[in-house]
Amino acid sequence: MVQIEGLGRIIDEHPFFRGIDGKFRSLLVGCAANERLDAGQYLFRQGGHADKFYLVRAGSLQLEVHAPGRTIVVDTVDEGEIVGWSWLVEPYRWTFDARAVTLLRLVSFDAKCLRGKMEADAELGYEVLRRFVPVIGQRLAATRLRLIDIYGPGE
Amino acid sequence: MTVLPANPMSPRPFRILKVVRELSDTFTLLLQPETGGAFSFRPGQFNMLYVFGAGEVPISISGEPAEDRQLVHTIRSVGPVTQALGRLKAGDVVGVRGPFGTPWPVEDAFGDDLAIIAGGVGLAPLRPAIYQALANRPRFGKLIIMYGARTPQDILFRKELEKWRSRFDVNVHVTVDHATGQWAGRVGVVTKVVAKAGFDPLHTTALVCGPEVMMRYAVEALEERGVAASKVHVSMERNMKCGVGLCGHCQWGPHFVCRDGPVFRFSDVAALFPVREL
Amino acid sequence: MAPSIGAKVVLLREDLDRLIAELRERGYVVIGPTLGEGAILYEEVTSSGDLPAGWSDVAEAAAYRLQEGADRRLFGYSLAAQGWKRHLYPPRQRLFLAERAGRGFRLSSGEADGAPMALLGVRACELAAIQIQDRVFTKEGFTEPGYAGRRRAAFIVAVECGRAAATCFCASAGTGPAVGPGYDLLLNEMIDGDAHRFLATAGSDNGAAILGGLSCRPPTAAELSSAAAQPAAAAAQQQRRISADAAGVLTRAAESPHWEAVSKRCLTCGNCTMVCPTCFCTTVEDITDLSGDIAERWRQWDSCFTIDYSYIHGGSVRQSGAARYRQWITHKLASWHRQFGSSGCVGCGRCIAWCPVGIDITAELHALEQAEQVSKGGDNGAD
Repeated sequence: MVQIEGLGRIIDEHPFFRGIDGKFRSLLVGCAANERLDAGQYLFRQGGHADKFYLVRAGSLQLEVHAPGRTIVVDTVDEGEIVGWSWLVEPYRWTFDARAVTLLRLVSFDAKCLRGKMEADAELGYEVLRRFVPVIGQRLAATRLRLIDIYGPGE
Repeated sequence: MTVLPANPMSPRPFRILKVVRELSDTFTLLLQPETGGAFSFRPGQFNMLYVFGAGEVPISISGEPAEDRQLVHTIRSVGPVTQALGRLKAGDVVGVRGPFGTPWPVEDAFGDDLAIIAGGVGLAPLRPAIYQALANRPRFGKLIIMYGARTPQDILFRKELEKWRSRFDVNVHVTVDHATGQWAGRVGVVTKVVAKAGFDPLHTTALVCGPEVMMRYAVEALEERGVAASKVHVSMERNMKCGVGLCGHCQWGPHFVCRDGPVFRFSDVAALFPVREL
Repeated sequence: MAPSIGAKVVLLREDLDRLIAELRERGYVVIGPTLGEGAILYEEVTSSGDLPAGWSDVAEAAAYRLQEGADRRLFGYSLAAQGWKRHLYPPRQRLFLAERAGRGFRLSSGEADGAPMALLGVRACELAAIQIQDRVFTKEGFTEPGYAGRRRAAFIVAVECGRAAATCFCASAGTGPAVGPGYDLLLNEMIDGDAHRFLATAGSDNGAAILGGLSCRPPTAAELSSAAAQPAAAAAQQQRRISADAAGVLTRAAESPHWEAVSKRCLTCGNCTMVCPTCFCTTVEDITDLSGDIAERWRQWDSCFTIDYSYIHGGSVRQSGAARYRQWITHKLASWHRQFGSSGCVGCGRCIAWCPVGIDITAELHALEQAEQVSKGGDNGAD
């Protein structure tokens, strides 16, 4: 029980779930687990089964695409952010590689568990999606900004 | 309004002491007046640099404001005159008119957190403000430098950024738009850094310089954090030719950017920013 | 007793030659209206014989031509094609000459100023334009030495209008037709049967001294009232007017769809800026001789209608014709107030006459004002 209380607090304090109703939090805690990952290790790989999503509690990671001869970093995810929304939509496959830049401390949520609860409780489902949409929106906007190549050579 | 130099239309000869290669297309010139004497300026001001016969370009001053024996310009080669400047060597002479324009109001920020947000070569006009802030470090709250570049190879003043980052009293956040796996730093837009940096929005003065698009979004990110538009300052680029508000080219709405800018308080120009082709 | 400022005397037609001679005697190059290139041009004159006696002008949108006047008036036209700007601030001026010296260079200054000029035939709107350019070129912080020198030395002989061209709107611009202060001499040309004479008013000590040297008779009451009636008659003929709230209209019109409509007609040729007596924009050109050892910098008139005008790294800021027309009219009628404390338009109407497609600054402003009224009305209607 002690661990569940601890997870509940972590969820409460993480910016992604800040202010969430107690009844939803307890539902979330049932699907959550603490994880850690050493620097350099992969949290998941492109094409892999997206069976989780993560709150980043400490450390940072990079989303990468591997190409022959080089690796392209597409984004950095820091403490206070989340990783992964492939678990929300079929076919539940990761779109990028996620590699820890530093030691990572995370809370993971089992996707099947959470999807099940969200299906059963539309209010929870709405609450979780409501928090995902702005994150997706911000990342899309940031991606579009980089698409402009504003520091580029011009012309 | 700032005081103009004594003879603002005549280039004064300056000898190049040293050329420093910064990036593949960017270099720094260390200059000294041919006829001796000093050159004083305020952070954020610019000079018109003349290459004999080739023409003249506006370039911001990137050196230490407390050092008046040596004039420093960091230049990106993008046009015929900047390319001509790039071909010059130590011992060559350039013409200098200036300094022109309004400064970064570093002193007005005393007592506040100071947020410095730069994009690309936009770090060059902010460097004198950083020097001035460091020289007055105890007068500020936090000093946060947020810098965005295209790739890790395009990070200007990298050694200095590393040096500043190693200080206990400066926070430096560097982010790049594009990187390969060798880069252990942050990838993403500078606006994301603004959204997360630990300044107190109610007591923060922000100095922003970079491409106009980047500045628009950076200012938006500052406003979302709750920083007042009157405490945000931006440095504008327009077609400065004369430096004294005479030739008309640098007009932006009612402003002559060369004289009323390049540094503007954002609240004074907020209405102009969204207008296209102004 | 020597005449003082405000003194009025009568010059006969032939006295005008004595006036020109007196000015030349005092070292002035006299610039006045002449006939040439199918237009009135302000060029050097040495006697009244150079003046366009008996000629008048007809100006309309996209039209300017000379026609024979009803009488032998010397100043029977309204305006020359271009104003006095090209004499006080020439289209091309050399700023410096630089000579290569070792790895550096040595500068010698620009061109020496020529003889002082006497400007003969300055209209009310033109005097206002000169005074506007005075503020542009001698503003706080910086004085353009060439302009300031020529201007300080210049002697101004204003001639009041007794008629208006169809393009004139100085009355609504507040600059004429009555000539305001700032002249050295003011002339009113009067023809009554065979009597051809001028009422001359001294506007400065210098002007008074010159009048004193001509020893002329004082005017009669009839002559005074005839002269006084001239500007009123010219004002009454004016068909165009400019809105008093031009600055406000334009400040609110930055995003108006009307700019697109104007740009369908505007050729962005820049004629309006070249003939405008207050437009002051210039660019510089740095050139070298073939050896590469001598470099010169020339300043030349530029126009906000060119694409290069707003060039910055990455491309010009104002790509569209719509944005360039908006820049010109907004600068002239709105930004100018912030920059120089008045409107930049004196109502001379040259931009209307010399626009090849007849774009009319007063009509465009009126259209913007109407559009604003309509959109306001629309908002109310939606309630």
